[in-house]
Amino acid sequence: MKAVISIIKREMNGYFGSPVAYVFIVIFLILCGFFTFQFGDFYNGNDASLRTFFVWHPWLYLFLIPAVAMRMWAEERRTRTIELLLTLPVTLPQAILGKFLAGWLFIGIALSLTFPIVITVCYLGDPDIGQIVAGYIGSFLLAGCYLAVGSFASSLTRNQVVAFIICLVICLFFVVAGWPPVTEALSSSVPLSVANFIASLSFMYRFDSVQRGVIDTRDLVYYASVITFMLAASSVVLTSRKAS
Amino acid sequence: MIQVQHLIKLFGNFRAVDDVTFDVAKGEVLGFLGPNGAGKSTTMRMITGFFPPTSGTAVVNGFDIQKQPLEAKRQIGYLPENAPVYPDMTVEGYLRFIAEIRGFSGEELRKKVGRAVEICSLEKVLPQTVDTLSKGYKQRVCFAQAILPDPPILILDEPTDGLDPNQKFEVRRMISAMAENKCIILSTHILEEVDAVCTRAVIIANGKIVANGSPEELKRRSSLYEAVTLSLDNVPEDEAVSALAALANVAKVEILKKNESTLVLRALPAGGNIIAPAVAEEVRRRGWRSTQFHVEEGRLDEVFRNITRQ
Repeated sequence: MKAVISIIKREMNGYFGSPVAYVFIVIFLILCGFFTFQFGDFYNGNDASLRTFFVWHPWLYLFLIPAVAMRMWAEERRTRTIELLLTLPVTLPQAILGKFLAGWLFIGIALSLTFPIVITVCYLGDPDIGQIVAGYIGSFLLAGCYLAVGSFASSLTRNQVVAFIICLVICLFFVVAGWPPVTEALSSSVPLSVANFIASLSFMYRFDSVQRGVIDTRDLVYYASVITFMLAASSVVLTSRKAS
Repeated sequence: MIQVQHLIKLFGNFRAVDDVTFDVAKGEVLGFLGPNGAGKSTTMRMITGFFPPTSGTAVVNGFDIQKQPLEAKRQIGYLPENAPVYPDMTVEGYLRFIAEIRGFSGEELRKKVGRAVEICSLEKVLPQTVDTLSKGYKQRVCFAQAILPDPPILILDEPTDGLDPNQKFEVRRMISAMAENKCIILSTHILEEVDAVCTRAVIIANGKIVANGSPEELKRRSSLYEAVTLSLDNVPEDEAVSALAALANVAKVEILKKNESTLVLRALPAGGNIIAPAVAEEVRRRGWRSTQFHVEEGRLDEVFRNITRQ
């Protein structure tokens, strides 16, 4: 556990030691505001909730999280620092977990900096705090899934740009699998059970259910299994390809 | 302290390391030699647990790297090839990270970092990020990282690669200073380094061990071992050559250099016999004036070429 914490600390210093982290946070906050107020039409919605805020998150994460995750392993392999890291008294799962948790924490910090919108909605109306908390939890879990996919994508290649694109493509699949236009198209062409199955794999499907303010065990199990599966996949890939 | 047992590594069908077995004891500095691509780094990566061998194993200070990887890795300080250090970290931050991940904290951590910084003379560059450092400093930072926990075993992959002669000297001095209480393996293709710091040399070619012995033992395999090089003034070439060649145990006499007055000759012994006294006696008896007289120890580079070129 101590080893994991050292890795988390190192990665966090890595994020905040470069301007990229601040640029990322600023872009994330600007886009959140822009989508919520411009496209979401927050004020005219006349609704004291953060629905119009959270609904954009899966799309924002689609581009921003691959950018956070892409260097995770690709850079270690390119600079060969992976050789030193894995010959320290650290196991590969510890290293993968440490890097993942650091990235997640970083996104958590970016997400928590959106708090002014909570203040705004509380000032303007009388929102359901429980629903807002559920919204944040759901969004954070969703970010974890994207990041775990990013960890996997980053372990596949030594090139960060390639890692970014692979992560984006996989995440896009997970998002659109439950996107209404796709689900409708699917349900008219394949048996309903298959269409439902595909939709239930989607990030969107789970995200919507949490956004309604209910944190269902099934959703938690879903998020936990996606994250575990993707991190385990990173481990399998790195075991066989770390030296190349 | 290190037992390497029948290590084999296959990359596809390519046998990168083919049944390598050797032991290293405390106090030994083992030079691991071989041409590029012979399997030196691959062997070291298996001993340090970076990747598993196809078969065989290494036991490090009593811990099997395959069965008890964490304990085994705690015994080892490792300097990988090309000193891969995180480029965006400061030297101080990096060494603190290494100390922390190796389980040190508080006062002990400060002491360990301080000691490594002192040994490697890194005081001046502590606040700099690694990517601003010269190659020599980068190598020293990585060396500092390896010795930081004061491990019983050091594995150094080309520790002096890319350093200037002063820095090379400095690194060798550090290695020699630590050798007594540790067990050190270092790979290199600089043969003078073996002479300077190693107590034993293992030569590997195409993944197989082709020689294992002290530098002196290896040099004995050289055709130059115990050869005598001498320069003579005002002695006719034919007379000198025939006189020396007639001596017992002299296999061959070569002319290395000649001008009007000086003749430089080398007498090669047959079967590694000692010929220097006989040659000296002959020079004295004939009343030749010899301005130089040198007994060769044998050349590692020649042995290395002969062994690895097949």
